[in-house]
Amino acid sequence: MKTFLILGAGTGGTMVANKMAEILDMQEWRIVIVDQDETHYYQPGFLFIPFGMYSPADVVKPKRNFLPPQVDIIFSEIELIEPEKNRIKLSRDKKTINYDYLVIATGSHIHPEETPGLTDEAGWLKSIFPFYNLDGATKLGSFLKFWKGGRLVLNIAEMPIKCPVAPLEFLFLADWFFHERGIRDKVDITFTTPLPGAFTKPRASSILGDMLQDKNINLVPDFNIMEVDQEKQVIRSYDEVEVPYDLLVTIPTNMGAEVIGKSGMGDELHFVPTNKHTLQSDKWENVWVIGDAGNVPASKAGSVAHFMLDVVIENIQRHMEGLDPLPKFDGHANCYIESGFEKGVLIDFNYDVEPLPGKFPLPGFGPFSLLKESHANHWGKMMFRWMYWNILLKGGEMPFESQMSMAGKWE
Amino acid sequence: MTVLENITLNEEGFMTNSAEWTEEFASALAEKEGITLTDAHWAIINFCREQAGDSGAAPTLRQITSGAGVTTKELFQLFPKGPAKKVAKISGLGKPEGCV
Repeated sequence: MKTFLILGAGTGGTMVANKMAEILDMQEWRIVIVDQDETHYYQPGFLFIPFGMYSPADVVKPKRNFLPPQVDIIFSEIELIEPEKNRIKLSRDKKTINYDYLVIATGSHIHPEETPGLTDEAGWLKSIFPFYNLDGATKLGSFLKFWKGGRLVLNIAEMPIKCPVAPLEFLFLADWFFHERGIRDKVDITFTTPLPGAFTKPRASSILGDMLQDKNINLVPDFNIMEVDQEKQVIRSYDEVEVPYDLLVTIPTNMGAEVIGKSGMGDELHFVPTNKHTLQSDKWENVWVIGDAGNVPASKAGSVAHFMLDVVIENIQRHMEGLDPLPKFDGHANCYIESGFEKGVLIDFNYDVEPLPGKFPLPGFGPFSLLKESHANHWGKMMFRWMYWNILLKGGEMPFESQMSMAGKWE
Repeated sequence: MTVLENITLNEEGFMTNSAEWTEEFASALAEKEGITLTDAHWAIINFCREQAGDSGAAPTLRQITSGAGVTTKELFQLFPKGPAKKVAKISGLGKPEGCV
């Protein structure tokens, strides 16, 4: 009996388990998936919780519901991966699992402790909140419900981060939320980012570049946070620029799973070095990586994990047949950017093609406007939650191609 | 200034073709930014060019600090006011980018 082992039962791992359960002969293979958490989080939904648009119950379901019965599910922390010995060690019962194939889907997580002063008790989860986990998003929601206004500062600690457009969406939704509450004139919103601007790609910045200004959101670019001075209520950059806050919303440093670092399989942020076109580990040929656990320079987002799926599954099957993997993953990403007031912007891009304007021809639903605000794009994003739970996780047919198409785009 | 005249820069001053980069170019551009390149600067420039490889993508501050063995503070002293952007420019790499 051979073992196909998947680490992580989030978006990527769940999709791989469902696909492989269809493909592998169960007389010959057992599929095992390991995760430390029994709850599946619909992470794109975290964004809406601070503004009361979603409740925590909207974004959680048991992981088990999305995995086929023939897959062995083990809920345990992973103590160590030993790729040279083709085995892992679990914390639970000190169990060892030997594998023939390994798929790493352990994701990325926030590490606020990387920024000095950020998690000091006085302000952490009281006037300083992340929204990249359910606890932070929920507590921020409770805080905002009764906030009378002041200086709201959003900070990105460093790149790369999961879902790089979420901070922008947060700003746009905050602007809308405070308008609806009638206190927009009492809230000063500032965006501090280590990047040279809110939009850095030429076409996106020429088309969307004024959005922050139009919504009266201040921008502090090239801001590399050194520390949070909670006593003075300022964030301070390495070049001693200070930005004062009353409410600090933080996107902390994102890192891969600790076990990746502990097992010597990661880079400086514990992301697994991965071939960006084949999705095979750079070092071990029976190790494959899906989603944001790897270091490929694509966006760390669920849509990207979905576009990786077909490539990783095909390449694993080719490897099983002794064939070389095909370099088919093109970095395709597709995201709805919430822009507030029930509108959204859709972007579609890959490694080589930046987000372009045009129409996105989605059979049955579209077309959706690209790089342009529209109501349809907002409803597309709202509808997506249903598709995620009911189709995407189970590896069903989605109306998207894995490789980006130029159809409908204007160059 | 002749070195700089022979190189194609985009409107923000970044090289459009990383392969055109030369050490003379780096020195000339650094001077324009008010920086005289020392061995410490070169160690970082060389690391960044190696890290970027064929893609020409600029490394992040964390990649530079952990890979070239300097602290972020030192990096800011060597390349004041936005080292990520300045190092990328002088090393002939693209502007640090997000996805939009």
